[in-house]
Amino acid sequence: MAFEGLADKLSAAFKRLKSKGKLNEADVKEAMREVRLALLEADVNYKVAKDFTNTVSARAVGTEVMESLTPAQMVIKIVNEELTALMGGSDAKLASPPSPPTIIMLCGLQGAGKTTHAGKLGLMLKNKGHRPLLVACDIYRPAAIKQLQVVGENAGVPVFEMGQEDPVKICKAAVRHARDYGNDMVLIDTAGRLQIDEVLMNELKNIKNEIGPHEILLVVDSMTGQEAVNVAKTFDELLNITGVILTKLDGDTRGGAALSVRAVTGKPIKFAGTGEKLQDLEIFHPDRMASRILGMGDVLTLIEEA
Amino acid sequence: MGLFSKIKEGLKKTRDKMSSSVETMLHSFTSIDESLFEELEELLVMGDVGVSTAEHICDALRKKVKEKGVTDPEAIYGMLRETVAEMLRGGEELNISTKPSVILVIGVNGVGKTTTIGKIASRLKGEGKKVVLGAADTFRAAAVEQLEVWAQRSGAELVKQPEGSDPASVVYDAVAAAKARGADVVICDTAGRLHNKKNLMDELSKIGRVIDRELPDADKEVLLVLDATTGQNAVNQAREFQNAAGITGIVLTKLDGTARGGVVLAIRENLGIPVKFIGVGEKVDDLQPFNADEFAEALFARENQE
Ligand SMILES: Nc1nc2c(ncn2[C@@H]2O[C@H](COP(=O)(O)OP(=O)(O)OP(=O)(O)O)[C@@H](O)[C@H]2O)c(=O)[nH]1
Ligand SMILES: Nc1nc2c(ncn2[C@@H]2O[C@H](COP(=O)(O)OP(=O)(O)OP(=O)(O)O)[C@@H](O)[C@H]2O)c(=O)[nH]1
Ligand SMILES: [Mg+2]
Ligand SMILES: [Mg+2]
Repeated sequence: MAFEGLADKLSAAFKRLKSKGKLNEADVKEAMREVRLALLEADVNYKVAKDFTNTVSARAVGTEVMESLTPAQMVIKIVNEELTALMGGSDAKLASPPSPPTIIMLCGLQGAGKTTHAGKLGLMLKNKGHRPLLVACDIYRPAAIKQLQVVGENAGVPVFEMGQEDPVKICKAAVRHARDYGNDMVLIDTAGRLQIDEVLMNELKNIKNEIGPHEILLVVDSMTGQEAVNVAKTFDELLNITGVILTKLDGDTRGGAALSVRAVTGKPIKFAGTGEKLQDLEIFHPDRMASRILGMGDVLTLIEEA
Repeated sequence: MGLFSKIKEGLKKTRDKMSSSVETMLHSFTSIDESLFEELEELLVMGDVGVSTAEHICDALRKKVKEKGVTDPEAIYGMLRETVAEMLRGGEELNISTKPSVILVIGVNGVGKTTTIGKIASRLKGEGKKVVLGAADTFRAAAVEQLEVWAQRSGAELVKQPEGSDPASVVYDAVAAAKARGADVVICDTAGRLHNKKNLMDELSKIGRVIDRELPDADKEVLLVLDATTGQNAVNQAREFQNAAGITGIVLTKLDGTARGGVVLAIRENLGIPVKFIGVGEKVDDLQPFNADEFAEALFARENQE
């Protein structure tokens, strides 16, 4: 695994450092090079990785190495702590406005997992005793409405659709429908779009202005590379997103996009998608994500045991 | 200043830098030195080329610069483009001259397989070919309906079975239909699957065996569809799909965004797989034959947003 890579490289970087005194600047610098490379291999944005290692360096230099650890382990410990902190808390609570329904809009690039996750959230909320309503606002992709209908049926959650009608109109009608029929949660599935597509980005903005969603969740594929920063930044600037759903974490990607998205928006990653089935939705765990990005599961246990 | 605002601040600067092309970067140098190569490497990594491939490219450039005794930084631009284009050149054509021939389209979830099939089908129809589409994604909600729309748009025939059927059996039917109706090309859609799922990869191998058995002498293309926003995980994807199904080429989709798709360089370097087409939009004619020179230019010259 990649983990051995980083741990070995750090160990090698610290080989010269025999004593267990304080970490000195030169050694930390060498170690940070390896950490930065590991982050880049994990698809963390170039600039985010650079700034991160600068911050970690500042903290690491002069730090006393703990009795039980090697300098390499000590650095990994600091890196992991900082990474977890940056990744944020694990608060996946959804907004609960004083008067229902809670309106949740899902948005993101093409194929990120919006429709699937509308279904997953619907099922999760239904199981918690809510009465969610799915809204089909993707009027462009072939069979998008049908896809949401199938997903809704599998989840046992009703789907509101008006064919290829204007998405703003659909949303307004859906909220009225939810009020009339006692749906306390409205989940809006929107069409995938590029962040540079002005027309479609404006469509989202219009929906936002008209119905004022309580949650705007950006759905991000965890395999995204350097582009994650541009995507997250533009969606956030335009819509002021309230959180992120990170999808396809059942793959073997290191998922550095999580760090990039978090760093540019400061918004919490609320949920993690871990499969194609409707039950495959989890609360996001920042600490697990940190270990994953660094490509290290075992060393952390190793550090804990030491 | 907190870590967040620090990273945000840092990103602001990067964006300014990122918005400048390699050409502008080179313009800021008066001589060719190590820091020029460092910046070049940075720009390559930002295009998802990956650290080690970026290093190799820079090494090759250093060598060329030395050999040719180049001293003008701006001369690097042409050399860089040529180096990259050289890496990617060759193997772009589809090899489908037998009647029928088969194109099997595979890849992870949501990358654009079904859409690409619609586009290729339409292209082949335009060349006067008779095309049969096999709807072997029997798993995802409304996948068959989606392909059905593309069959109508492109004027291809669709072979399908009910949701949940055995995909290999759909492929068998599609091949049989193509033989019976004298079709020129059979294109088979498959369900998106993550490459680390053994049972799903075995399913692909099985589909491959059915095609080999039914059409032992036919030309066969196995196209891996890659989303250009994908980072380094695409290398793993290519490796695993290669092992399971023997890829003959790549289709790089969603290049109409700001993502650069540089990971295909790492794939070519490590696995030797050529890119055959690029996807540049969601419409039926948004598919272009891959052109190494144009791609190399776009990788460096394209202005980022903002
Ligand atoms: N393995 C895995 N697949 C997922 C996950 N979430 C979604 N998918 C798959 O990803 C593909 C795309 O999902 P969709 O829900 O259609 O994505 P979308 O964002 O609605 O796509 P567009 O509407 O075309 O923009 C489908 O094959 C889903 O089954 C996940 O967490 N893990
Ligand atoms: N912008 C852009 N979008 C694309 C391109 N190709 C496909 N898409 C979009 O990406 C999304 C996913 O495309 P699909 O063709 O359904 O992808 P798939 O690989 O078949 O997905 P699964 O079958 O769910 O694994 C859709 O919204 C497509 O319209 C492209 O070249 N550019
Ligand atoms: Mg969708
Ligand atoms: Mg598909």
